[in-house]
Amino acid sequence: MKLKMNRRSVLKTLVSSAVSAAFLRPGGNASAHDFSGYETNRGVLVDLSRCIGCRSCEAACNREQGLPAPHIAFDDQSVFEQEHSRRPDQNAYTVVNKYDSLLWEHPLFRKIQCNHCLEPACLTACFVNAYTKTPEGAVVYNADVCVGCRTCMIACPFSIPAFRYDSAFSPRIMKCIFCYDTRLSKGRPPACVEACPMEALTFGNRQELLSIARKRMRREPHRYVDYIYGEHEAGGTSWLYISPVPFAKAGFDMEVPKQPILNFVKDFLAMVPMVLTIWPGLFAGIFLLCRRRGSVAGTGESQESKISGEIIDESHGE
Amino acid sequence: MKVMENNSEILSGYGGGYEPADEARISEKLLLGLSGRQYLDLIVKNPVNWAVAAILVIGIPLLLQRYLMGLSSVTHGSQDYPWGIILGFGLFGMVPLSASGFMLGTTVEIFQRADFKPIERLALLNGLLGYFFAVVFLLVDLGMPWRLHYAMFVSFGPAAVLFLVAWHVATYLSVQIAEMLPAFAEWANLPRLKRFVRSIVLGLTIAGIILSTLHQGALGALFCYAPGKIHPLWISPEFQWLHYFVSSIFGGLCMVIVVSSLVRRYMTWRCDTNFLGNLDGITLGLAKGAAMAFITYLIIKIVAVAHDEEWLYLVSGWGIYYLAELFTMAVVPLCLFAVGVRHRRVTLVRWGALIAVLGIVWNRLNTVLVSYNWTSHQEIPTWQECWLVATILCFYFIVYRFVLYRLPVLFTHKSA
Repeated sequence: MKLKMNRRSVLKTLVSSAVSAAFLRPGGNASAHDFSGYETNRGVLVDLSRCIGCRSCEAACNREQGLPAPHIAFDDQSVFEQEHSRRPDQNAYTVVNKYDSLLWEHPLFRKIQCNHCLEPACLTACFVNAYTKTPEGAVVYNADVCVGCRTCMIACPFSIPAFRYDSAFSPRIMKCIFCYDTRLSKGRPPACVEACPMEALTFGNRQELLSIARKRMRREPHRYVDYIYGEHEAGGTSWLYISPVPFAKAGFDMEVPKQPILNFVKDFLAMVPMVLTIWPGLFAGIFLLCRRRGSVAGTGESQESKISGEIIDESHGE
Repeated sequence: MKVMENNSEILSGYGGGYEPADEARISEKLLLGLSGRQYLDLIVKNPVNWAVAAILVIGIPLLLQRYLMGLSSVTHGSQDYPWGIILGFGLFGMVPLSASGFMLGTTVEIFQRADFKPIERLALLNGLLGYFFAVVFLLVDLGMPWRLHYAMFVSFGPAAVLFLVAWHVATYLSVQIAEMLPAFAEWANLPRLKRFVRSIVLGLTIAGIILSTLHQGALGALFCYAPGKIHPLWISPEFQWLHYFVSSIFGGLCMVIVVSSLVRRYMTWRCDTNFLGNLDGITLGLAKGAAMAFITYLIIKIVAVAHDEEWLYLVSGWGIYYLAELFTMAVVPLCLFAVGVRHRRVTLVRWGALIAVLGIVWNRLNTVLVSYNWTSHQEIPTWQECWLVATILCFYFIVYRFVLYRLPVLFTHKSA
């Protein structure tokens, strides 16, 4: 008797756990909704007030990633006059632009690279899963599965991914990967940070960087506007910026949504299972309704000719 | 008109339209019962073919150039405009115009409106070819076209909108091929194949409705990934899929009206009396259906402007451009349809349908190219890129005409 009870209870447990594993998935799913990013997410704090536009970071990135030589040398400052508002492209993962502002004692320079979003738009838009967000915070790209649809370029709110259009046989997306392979995965800061002579770039845990940024702003309030770009942009980014002038004056796009880009497509994605489940029954039902009307009305005549006869009468009546 | 006379002259020997005997050899069926020389004569005497050839003479080398020297050898290769006119026209413009297959499939097979039967196959063919050539356009624009199947078999990103588009367009293409098989079976004299497809036609049609609802909407939802880049009037994340879906309803219907008007005039010898005699009534019927979709579209467009509080944008330059598009795409055709149906003036409806078709393509191009990056610079496609679009359109035209000449689409096969 005792044995039987035991066996039954074991079975019960087995069945109930199997059911809950299959349908309820306790824990896993619930935490996915609340996931607020990896605790190990590293980042970089960029202090615009410290940057002097020496382009050491551009040179270091070019070396580290083995990118093609630039057509204007990295020590040539004339690039700022020749090409206003550059963007990262197939030859450069990071670029520095110059912004003249009357509000600050010297011209401002802004380094642009992938911001390594906490919820990357490129990743959520990719239909072959070519992007990965690593626990260290980097958003890396796998060229082996990429199809070249360029939806990631559409989706990125910072317009970072670039496409190698000039290659016929091995085109690919080119974008900053936070030096993941060579440095970040080994706990080291990316090449650009190490190369910065002005300590304008600070590498560290994203949470710590946020408090460093606040500390600087508190200590020298005249030196910074009260805003951390990247704290909330696109749901939060690993790279954070503080600036002595309003961010719009230094070329930042202030229209970037303050929530993950994924949120804008959720409405549609939620509708998909509805259509998949409701449409078959609905339209099969309409089919049956239409057929029933035909066969009841049909007396002797074939169903189809009866219907077409009806319709023709109707259209003549108009 | 000259063309038609030429064709009619040669083909009139066969009693208007050529209908091969069931046991005729395939080669004879392919040449429409003409000798090789006669057929060549038919091609050379048609000035339309000369225009097509002129486009292809430049277009085919351009196509080779694109595949051998990379996309940027024929386009600007813009990093700021990842999608250009090839996708804007070929994918986003062609797909809504190809909704005709599921619209008429639903009307005839689900609602059992046998009065629309004469145009069902034309609508199905229009859908099939439209989708097929949307994929061809995609293969031109895709960075690595040889990896087209990756989303199906190699690497999966199921949470992405494009994943849904890829799967649905692929399955829907298969469904549409199956839906066209009866016509092929009649032509190739394979009655058992036809019987089999007829037995699953209800399932195919319902599958078509599901897949169409979702991927027509999904094409709109793709733009929800760029809420900050597209002018607010052209993007409203909550309603975008609905805008695209509803506009595909009148898009598909209007495209069938346009195509049927063309074949009625320039391919009269191929149409039978069942098609020609019923076409005016059917056109008015399609116009009624499209009018409902126009009204729905206008309402949800206004709802979107109200919901996103964009009224002030309407009085800007962008707003005037937006209203011009909305009038071309929906208001003008709606008015023409209303008058046309009321007074049974079919010509008016036909012109209205053409305006709506152009309006939809304009709307898609406005979303992909014009209103995209509206705060920065404007991308103007290169002439090569536009020529490539024309080239693929020529292939589309050639295949479309080839099938219409042969398969029982515009005429009822004697076995039916």
